[in-house]
Amino acid sequence: MNLPRRCLFALSAALVLSVPGWAAADERPLTVLTWGGDFTRAQQVAYATPFTEATGYPVRLVDVDSPTALIKAQVASGNVTADLASVGQADADRLCAEGLAEPIDPAILAPGADGTPAAQDFLPGGLDDCFVATDVYSTVIGYDATRVGAHRPDKLADFFDLDAFPGRRGVLKEPRFTLEMALMGDGVPPDRVYAELSTPQGLDRAFARLDSIRDQIVWWEAGAQPVQLLADGEVAMTMAYNGRLFAARFDEGRPFAILWDGQVYEIEGWMIPRGAPDVSAALEFVAFSTAPRPLARAAEQLSYGPPRVSAQALVGRYKDGVTELAPHLPTAPENLRSALAVDAGFWTDHDAELTERFTTWLAGD
Amino acid sequence: MATPLDPHAAIVTHAAGQGAAAEARPNAQGVLLTTADGQPLARALTRSRRRARRQAFLLVLPLLAFVLITFVVPIGQMLQRSAKNPGFSDNMPQVSAWFDENPRGAVPDEAAFAALAADMAAAAEARTVGIVGTRINYELPGTRSLFTSTGRKVARGIEPPHREALLEMDPRWADEELWTAMRNASTPYTSSFYLAALDRTRDSAGDVARVPENRQVYVMLFQRTLWLSLLITGLTFVLGFPVAHLLATLPMRRSNLLMILVLLPFWTSLLVRTTAWIVLLQQQGVVNDALVWLGLIGEQGRLQMIYNQTGTIIAMTHILLPFMILPLYSVMRTINPSYVRAARSLGATSWTAFRRIYFPQTLPGLGAGALLVFILAVGYYITPALVGGSSGQLISNMIAMHMTETLNWSMAAALAALLLAGVLILYWLYDRLVGIDNLKLG
Repeated sequence: MNLPRRCLFALSAALVLSVPGWAAADERPLTVLTWGGDFTRAQQVAYATPFTEATGYPVRLVDVDSPTALIKAQVASGNVTADLASVGQADADRLCAEGLAEPIDPAILAPGADGTPAAQDFLPGGLDDCFVATDVYSTVIGYDATRVGAHRPDKLADFFDLDAFPGRRGVLKEPRFTLEMALMGDGVPPDRVYAELSTPQGLDRAFARLDSIRDQIVWWEAGAQPVQLLADGEVAMTMAYNGRLFAARFDEGRPFAILWDGQVYEIEGWMIPRGAPDVSAALEFVAFSTAPRPLARAAEQLSYGPPRVSAQALVGRYKDGVTELAPHLPTAPENLRSALAVDAGFWTDHDAELTERFTTWLAGD
Repeated sequence: MATPLDPHAAIVTHAAGQGAAAEARPNAQGVLLTTADGQPLARALTRSRRRARRQAFLLVLPLLAFVLITFVVPIGQMLQRSAKNPGFSDNMPQVSAWFDENPRGAVPDEAAFAALAADMAAAAEARTVGIVGTRINYELPGTRSLFTSTGRKVARGIEPPHREALLEMDPRWADEELWTAMRNASTPYTSSFYLAALDRTRDSAGDVARVPENRQVYVMLFQRTLWLSLLITGLTFVLGFPVAHLLATLPMRRSNLLMILVLLPFWTSLLVRTTAWIVLLQQQGVVNDALVWLGLIGEQGRLQMIYNQTGTIIAMTHILLPFMILPLYSVMRTINPSYVRAARSLGATSWTAFRRIYFPQTLPGLGAGALLVFILAVGYYITPALVGGSSGQLISNMIAMHMTETLNWSMAAALAALLLAGVLILYWLYDRLVGIDNLKLG
């Protein structure tokens, strides 16, 4: 999902800045910032095309790598061209608190398929002052089922067990997700992870866990890398985004399997930049796209979980027409059993500090 | 850099110097020279020169405006952020005023807490309390949520005594460190981002102190960036010099063919070249497979050549090599081979002839190439991010992180300013040692 991320930041900025120029000639489409690749394709199929059919309002999805930085720049310069953006919950929280986002009233949202009000139908954290969730993506452990031998890893601790499962490990080169998994791999239950990470001892414990596999780690940064590392046989197991592993398995037929124990998921969704050119159309699009059926439709394209309870039941088959998606979603009940939701508040407070510490630790070879 | 390199600028100043001299000196015969229409020659000359200069300036004007608008102004604004961040002082005016009136070390009294409560209520109302929290979070990690949560509570109403009321909302408000952080942020202009970029901070007494050892990262990354850039510059020289020499001395037809080999990777996407190195160097990669097949290493002893500093050096040297070869080549082509032949015929050994005659003539190209490669290497970050592993992170990766993830643009600006200052110092040293006039960019 964040494949080219930083390297294409400048390019995407240029793209977005160029939007109003030509759009002014025709009717101005609703401009939506999103992440690119399969993610954009899924949103096109599930939200944008049906929305245009229903309302006649054109929608333009623009791929960017860092919507938050772009929105901050646009609002600061008073030249906002984006009507809507897909961001993580933590970023939405931060932009909202800094007054860079328009508030979204949950009353505009469609009720659940069974009539439940939206506020009760969304997962915890799925609705915020300026945020409405669209999907749940997850960082999980992936491995090549043909390479691990007779017995398969069945718990997160196996990722850190080099004796039982020899071979190198792909690890995300960021403190987020990595420190959480290190603690859960050390036996900390999910509900204690952030309490533990807030103490110096807990942090030391997380780093000590990483230290124990350190010489076997291959670091990755872009979302496409871990899948490639697995395919090349460079690593025996790797942290990866669930959507990537799913696509590699069902689109390319790779024998990859997912270990859902200790998955760390984050909610993504819509936020409207403050001073967006067409706030009312953006709100209309938010309400339209977060109804249960479009959310289920998007999940069928991508295997990212729908953030509404009632949408979960509507998810059918993957676009190949054979695979039942429900068990492959991060939000499937059996996958959620030992899952951890990323704590947005913790990371806005500690992001810089822990990145500094993480980088120092990385350099301490 | 443009002015000393611009040959026209040199000509204009040169001509202007001559003109002034000519005007000052009376004619040898004491007769005033005039043009055909009876104007004094000196004045006519001055006028035409001034016209030429004006035309030249008008021709340059679009470029100048372009550079000013798209380069100088935005970069200036960005750098200004490194020393100016009014996030706290703008939104918390009463607390900032209290800090002005009370010296450092003063214990926050009821007036301070009352000011804090009033400011928080106003900031929560204006939805700016997040900006304040973010600003303080830069100084003291972990405090952003303290501001947002207290802001929500204060907005619901707060009764005096404010000190007790705030402490009841969160006991951290009594924290001395927190008040130090707020004091440090209470002026729009601040040195704290530069201090942080040098792994330093200001303690409660106002003295500069080092941050805890497990967070000292920036100085180390600056050093690593400079060291790797110098190393890569050296490597491109060692590898590029013979190639450039070969290109310059071969007959045109064959050298053109070789030139294409140099330029082809130059035109290929950076990401493609970086990925190609991954395919070659990884443990299950082409090179390791070949070594195993040849029996030079065992299946267990596959070499770790990528996802570490070695990988970064190899990939960056390859990617930056053309920037060294091309200026060297353009200079070498113009070197007259008869000088070396003359030296040889006068008894110099081939080494002496190379060292004393040939090499000094390549210096302008070498200087330009080295400068290009070094400056590009200092700012590189895609390649280190992809192949650098744990030891290949450079300072530009941290700048990118602060730009796009933590959104701490002041910190990014401070790091970038320090990097820029470092490059300028090296440039100045370079000018001292080699001389910038000796530069030939191709």
